[in-house]
Amino acid sequence: MIPAAFEYARASSVEEASSLLNRFGEGAKVLAGGHSLVPLMRLRLAQPKALVDINGIKDLDYVKADGSRLRIGALTRHVTIQRSKVVRDNLPILAEVAGEIGDNQVRNLGTIGGVVAYADAAGDYPTIALMLDADIVTNQRTIPAEDFFQDLFTTPLAPDEIVTEVVFPVASGPHKYIKFRRRLFDWAIVGAAAQKLNGGWRIGLTNVGPTPVRAKAVEDALQKGAKPEEAAEHASDGLEPADDLRANPEYKKHLARVLTRRAIQQAE
Amino acid sequence: MAVSTLIGAKIHRREDPRLVSGRGRYVDDMQPTNVLHAAFIRSPYGHAKISRIDLTEATKAPGVEAIYTARDFEKILQGAMPVTNSFVADKKQPIGWAYIAKDETRYQGEIVAVVLARGRDEAADAASLVQVDYKPMTPVVDIDGAVAKGSPTAHSGIPDNIAWDTTVGGGDVKAAFAEADVVVKQRILQQRLFPIAMEGRALVVEYTPIENKLTMWSSTQVPHWVRLCLTLATGIPESNIRVIAPDVGGGFGSKIHIYPEEYLAAAASKLSGQAVKWVEERSENLTATHHGRAQIFDIEVAAKKDGTLLGYKVTQYVDTGAYVSVFSSFQCSAYAIAEGAYDLKNVEFRTVGVLTNTTPTDAYRGAGRPEATHAIERGIDLVARELGMDPVEIRRKNFTKKFPHTNYLGLIYDTGDYDKALTKALEIANYSELRRRQEDLRKQGKLIGIGLSTWIEVCGFGPGQGHATTFAQIAAETLGIPYDQTEVRTGDTGDTPFGYGTYGSRSLHVGGSAVLMSSRKVVDKAKKLAAHLLEAADEDVVFEGGRFYVKGSPDRAKTMGEIAFAAHRDNLPPGMEHGLEATTYYDPPDLSWPFGAHVCVVEVDPETGAVKLQRYVAVDDCGNVINPMIVEGQVHGGVVQGIGQALFEEVLYDHETGQLKTGTLREYMVPTANEIPEFVTERTVTPSITNPLGAKGIGEAGTIASSIAVINAVCDALTPLGIKHIDMPATSDRVWKLIKEAGK
Repeated sequence: MIPAAFEYARASSVEEASSLLNRFGEGAKVLAGGHSLVPLMRLRLAQPKALVDINGIKDLDYVKADGSRLRIGALTRHVTIQRSKVVRDNLPILAEVAGEIGDNQVRNLGTIGGVVAYADAAGDYPTIALMLDADIVTNQRTIPAEDFFQDLFTTPLAPDEIVTEVVFPVASGPHKYIKFRRRLFDWAIVGAAAQKLNGGWRIGLTNVGPTPVRAKAVEDALQKGAKPEEAAEHASDGLEPADDLRANPEYKKHLARVLTRRAIQQAE
Repeated sequence: MAVSTLIGAKIHRREDPRLVSGRGRYVDDMQPTNVLHAAFIRSPYGHAKISRIDLTEATKAPGVEAIYTARDFEKILQGAMPVTNSFVADKKQPIGWAYIAKDETRYQGEIVAVVLARGRDEAADAASLVQVDYKPMTPVVDIDGAVAKGSPTAHSGIPDNIAWDTTVGGGDVKAAFAEADVVVKQRILQQRLFPIAMEGRALVVEYTPIENKLTMWSSTQVPHWVRLCLTLATGIPESNIRVIAPDVGGGFGSKIHIYPEEYLAAAASKLSGQAVKWVEERSENLTATHHGRAQIFDIEVAAKKDGTLLGYKVTQYVDTGAYVSVFSSFQCSAYAIAEGAYDLKNVEFRTVGVLTNTTPTDAYRGAGRPEATHAIERGIDLVARELGMDPVEIRRKNFTKKFPHTNYLGLIYDTGDYDKALTKALEIANYSELRRRQEDLRKQGKLIGIGLSTWIEVCGFGPGQGHATTFAQIAAETLGIPYDQTEVRTGDTGDTPFGYGTYGSRSLHVGGSAVLMSSRKVVDKAKKLAAHLLEAADEDVVFEGGRFYVKGSPDRAKTMGEIAFAAHRDNLPPGMEHGLEATTYYDPPDLSWPFGAHVCVVEVDPETGAVKLQRYVAVDDCGNVINPMIVEGQVHGGVVQGIGQALFEEVLYDHETGQLKTGTLREYMVPTANEIPEFVTERTVTPSITNPLGAKGIGEAGTIASSIAVINAVCDALTPLGIKHIDMPATSDRVWKLIKEAGK
C-alpha cells in the first residue's frame, strides 16, 4: 500500500495549477479530495509522475445562488453541499445526494469537482448534472454536462484543464434520489433520480452504463400522461449496463425500472 | 470494590483505555535500529511455472541490501513447512508446503522472492523491479471444478485433487433411513471468506549469530507454536528462540497458522545478519493470509412423520486451497458436533479435502462449528417445512435433554438445557406475536421471515478477548488482593514455558482455570506461612477478604502483601522454599459445551430482493460468567461476523487466471454498524462440570449461531413463494433471481 514515487506541487491559484500541469506534462494528475486517486496510487494501479495539489486554492470552495442558477466551486466538499442552506433551498436533491456519498471521512474531503472530473459511472453528482443540463466550467471553457461525460472515466478535459465550477439550474420542486446499495457507504449498484423542473420531470440513472444516463423515454412518457409505474418501465430502454460483482446487467435493468418508479412516486 | 464480587462483575476491559487512545503496542511499533524492511514478491497467477527470475534491476535499486529466492533459503530452512497432521490419517497425498516457490506457484500470493531494503518504501519500489517470467497454467479454483473428472490438478504431477477422504459415523444410519417417513436432501454452500483482522500480520525478527539466538515479534495467536515450528524448520534450539506477541489487533483464526513469512523472515535475518521487519499490507493480506470456510455440505436428514429425527448423512467438501494448512483439521471439526443440539445417534459424516489453486484455508472464527450448525439447522428447518411443523416444535421434540450426554462419536457433552435457552429467546422475541404479524403482513404482500438457530459448540481445545481483565478478575478474587494490583502477562514465550495459544474459545475454559488453580496454590502456601508467623496450626488459620488470621482473632491478621514479603525473608517454616509463586499446567478432563438459541427477523423486499435485518435476539449459555461485559462484546462481534457471511461477504476467484476478483475491501463487503440492527443479548447459566470455574467458551458463539439464524429467516420469508433454500451470501441479486425463477 505504498505508492510509487511521484513529484508533488501545491498550487495557490488555478493559473498556477494549470502551468504546473503544463510543466510536469504527461502523467501529471490533479489532487483534490484524493478519495479516488490516492487508493489507486496505493495499489499502484495509478502511478502519476506528479501530483498538482489544488487544495490550497481557496476561491474554488463556494456555493452561490445566482438567479436561476446554482454555482458550486469545484473544491466544495461533499459535507458543505450536504449542509449548505443555499443548496437545500435551491437544489435540495443535490444536498441529499451529497449526504449519501461514502462516509464522514469521504464527505469531509471529497469534492464535487473531483467527482465530476473523474467521471466514474458510479458517481452520483454526474447523474444530477446530466439530467438537469448542468454546465461544467473549466479554466478554459464551459462544457454542457451532455458533452462532458463521454465514456467511462472519459471527459473532454485537456491535460492542463481544470474543472473550476459546476452550474446547476435552480430546482426546488418534488425530487427524490434512491441509491440502491448493499452497505450505506457503498457506491450505487443502481441509482435513480427524479426531479420536477419547469412543469416536467427529469429522470437520471447512475451506474447503468459507462456514463450517467438521462432516461428521456421515461420523461416523455410522463409528459404524455403515463402513470409512474407505466413510465418507469421505459427506464431500461436502450441500457447496456456492465456486468460486475454487484449485479448482472439484467438485475441492473430491473433495478432501473423499480427504482425509477419509486423515485417518481416518492418525490416530494 | 469488594473483592468477593470480582468474578461475574461487569468490569471495563483494562486493556481498552490503552488501545482506544492509540497507546497500544503492536508489532509495527517495534523499531529496532538498522532494521531491514522485507517485501515479498508474490505470484500473480493461480497456477504457473516459473521460468526465470531476473534480479538485475531490483538489485541496483536504492536502499536494497539483499534479494533472496528459494535457492538461498534452502541453506537455512529444512524440508517443507511443519504441518499438524493429527486428523488427516487418511491423507491421500503427502503434499509438502514449500516455504517459498521454486519452479511452480500454486496460488495467487505465493512467495517467489524476498527483497530486503533500508526503507519500507525502498523495499516496495525494488519489489516492483523484480522480473519473474511465469508460464501460466490452467488453474482449478473451486471444489466442483477440482473434483470433476479430468480436471487439471492443483499441483503438477499429482493424480487428482483429493487431499483426504475420511468417513466417521455412529449408530445404524442405513436402518434409520430405511425406517424414515421423510428424507430431505440439500446442498449447502459455505462460501469462502476473508478473516479480515483489523491488524494484518506483522513481524520483526532478529537473529544473533555466535549465540545462535532468534527473537521474533509476531502478531500471532500462538507464540509457543511459532517457536516450536521455527525450531523444526531452522534447527535453532527452542531454548534459543523467543517469540513475543505484543498487542494483537484481531485474529479470528487467521493468526493461529504459522506462515511462510515467519520462516522466511527468520531465515532472511540469519542470511543478512540484520533484523528484518515486515508489516502486511491489506491487499497482501487478502491473498497471503489464510481464508476461511470454502466448503460444500451435502446433507440428508431422515425423520418420522411426527418430526422425530432418525438419521443424518453429511458429506463435507473442504476446499483446502493450494496446500493442506497447519490447522485445517479444525475445519473438519464440523464432524464432532454434526448433530447439533439434537439427540440423534445415527450419523454418518464424510469429509473430503480438495486441493485448488487458491489461498490455503484454515480456521476462521468458529472453525467447523458454524458450518456444522448451519447444516443441521438448515436440515431441521427443511424437515419441519416438509412436515408442516413449526420450527420451534420440531427442535423441542428432538433436543438432547439428559446430561452428561454421549454423542454419536462418543464425545461427552458436559451440561446443557437447550429448551431453556430457546424458550427464553422466544419470549424475548415475542415469537407467537411475531408469527401472527407475519401472517398479516404476508396478506399485504410483505415478506417477513423469522429464523431460529439453536447452537451448541465444543470448546477447550482469539486474541484481544480481554484476558488481561478476566484473568485478573479470577486471580484478584482468589488471592484476595485488589484487582488493580494484578497484572496479566501473556504472549511472550520468555515468560511462560508453553501454551497452546488463544483460539477455539479456549482461553477462559483452559487458561482461566489454570489461573484459578495457581491462585489457589499460592493461597495454600501463604496460609501455611501465615500459620507459622501467627504461631498457629495451619487448620486454625482463616483466609478472608485478603487477610489471614487465627480463628476467633480477626484483629491480628496478616495481609497477602505481608505474606508475600515474608516469603522472601528468613523466617520460613521448616522445609518451605522461598517465594510465593505457582505454575499450573491445566489440561481439562473434558471439553465444555456452551449452547444457546438465536432468533432473527428479516424483511425481504419482493421487488429488489434486498434483505433488511429487523431484529436479533441472542440467548447464550456459557456457564458461569467471569465478566458479562466481555461476554456481550464477544457475542456482538461474533453475530456481526455471522451476519457478514449470511448477507455480505464472499471471496471470488477468476476461473481463467486464478486471481481474486474480490481483491480489495471495495469488492469484498464487510458489514459495518450501519447494516446491523440492535441486538438483544441475554443469558441462561448452566455451569460446566469440566473445569473448576464452571465456565464455557463464548468467543465463537455469535458466529456459530448467527449466519444460520439469518439464512433461516430469509428462507422463512420466501416460503410463500415456494422457495426452500438460499445460499450465502443472500445478496439482493441472488434473492431476486430466486424470486424471479419461483414466479415462472
